[in-house]
Amino acid sequence: MRLLVTTALALTLPATAALAMGEGTCSAGKTLTEGTLTIATGNPAYYPWVMNDAPENGEGFEAAVAYAIAEKMGFEAENVTWVRTSFDEAIQPGAKNFDFNMQQYSITPEREEMVDFSLPYYTSAMAVLTTQSVVDAGADATLESLKGLKWGAVATTTAIPILNDVIQPESDPLLYNDNADVNAAIMAGQIDAALYDLPTALYLSAVVVEGGALLGQFPAEQSERPDQFGLLMEEGNPLKECVDAALTELTESGELAAIEAQWLAEATGVPVIE
Amino acid sequence: MAETTATGRPAPALTRREAYEAGVRRRSNRIALISTVGVVLAIVLLVPLAPGWEAVQTAFFNGRVFAATFPGLLDAFLLNVMIFAWSAPLIALTGLAIALCRDARAPALFPLRLFGIAYTDVFRGLPVVLVIYIIGFGVPGLGLPRPWNSPYIWGTLALVLVYSAYVAEVIRSGIDSIHKSQRSAAASLGLSDRDTMRYVVLPQAIRNVVPANMNLFIALQKDVALLSFIGPVEIFRQAGVYKSLYANFTPYVGAALIFLALTIPATRYADYLMNKQNRERS
Repeated sequence: MRLLVTTALALTLPATAALAMGEGTCSAGKTLTEGTLTIATGNPAYYPWVMNDAPENGEGFEAAVAYAIAEKMGFEAENVTWVRTSFDEAIQPGAKNFDFNMQQYSITPEREEMVDFSLPYYTSAMAVLTTQSVVDAGADATLESLKGLKWGAVATTTAIPILNDVIQPESDPLLYNDNADVNAAIMAGQIDAALYDLPTALYLSAVVVEGGALLGQFPAEQSERPDQFGLLMEEGNPLKECVDAALTELTESGELAAIEAQWLAEATGVPVIE
Repeated sequence: MAETTATGRPAPALTRREAYEAGVRRRSNRIALISTVGVVLAIVLLVPLAPGWEAVQTAFFNGRVFAATFPGLLDAFLLNVMIFAWSAPLIALTGLAIALCRDARAPALFPLRLFGIAYTDVFRGLPVVLVIYIIGFGVPGLGLPRPWNSPYIWGTLALVLVYSAYVAEVIRSGIDSIHKSQRSAAASLGLSDRDTMRYVVLPQAIRNVVPANMNLFIALQKDVALLSFIGPVEIFRQAGVYKSLYANFTPYVGAALIFLALTIPATRYADYLMNKQNRERS
């Protein structure tokens, strides 16, 4: 079914895009290569943001959003190229090898000073990933109980300020390079719980971590500084206004919400941490 | 020349040869000074002319980010110092034990010798990061209860395994550098093999390899940062956290400065020891 939808989408793309390209679009002369939109993602790109580490298929939330934005900006699907970058490459000074970079970058005022972000395309809840044995040992979705756990997180994420400011665990959290290392530490029993964005946590608990469980979530509405994902661009990139216009259009038409509903699992079953 | 002044005679007028040599020395000093100043000026003046200099400056040498993150980095550095402090003695002892294994001469102890060779070959051949991953995640994964699965314990073990292999090789080279006649002399005095090693060979061998081992410990001080791969938030990891929060590389520069503040004096001291040793030998 999903395949059908995306194929249909891919087939209709060229027709609409060709129309748009004709009338001197916003992005003319602003992309890295004229007539091509170069989008960066992570290496590897993770489920459910990109399916099977293959963004060019347009499957997965971020891949689908990327092609939708490209379409609004007037690029045909075959005129979208993908490159891979790490976080560090994305923020290094100097010329970038992408028009925009899409790998769950949280928009923060500190980061805004160094790079440009588009309008947000997703607002994420944070969720607590743990294992069934920790839950069986009596951990529950209250801050009191969470404080006593041994925490881990990926060092490059905005989970760390939330961990330190909201949960304030009793022992210092352990930090890791990537999801795989956090999972290894959970499975080795070195940490009880880890803080992730909700879609990632749902995936990890269901598929990757043996006996994984979601203890609870911090809904975005409750947070003072909700975790909003934006497209990262070089500081002062003139393409920003085109990307923002495309995103506004997608948000207002409800297309963005539809893509979210299609790719990001329902999270209503996860208890809310007060 | 040192001897003439040491006798207390007033320094005689320079010979023509000495005057010529002094002139050559002054000339080369002048050239060295000019070329150093030239290079430094070129760097200071030319680098900022590069079109991307401003971007590099905000990304790597950002005063505001530096001020905001430096205290946190210093705090995290304490953990590096602690890990180093408990690893170093363990490494020294293990390294010595392995070196002695490799030097076991009795035929019955051949398995020990074999073990020593295999140990140094394996652990000198493996990247430190790999050993840290395998031991830091692998051993606790066997199902050890807390606190015995702590990354500090197993990370330290990984460092000890790798570094003791290097230290063992250095100590062995020290043992080999002691002339055979020393052992023969000890034997003729009636010392056992064990006592020969304990009282004759090792005291000389260890003294010979102190500078080389200093270098290893300076390297260890930096490699402690690799423990961050398995969880501990030491200075390098803390800098990485700041880097991603501020989208700025300045915290790494701060961390580098803290490392240098420790390693440069240590390196100078190692050089001083090495020069002193060379002077004593010649």
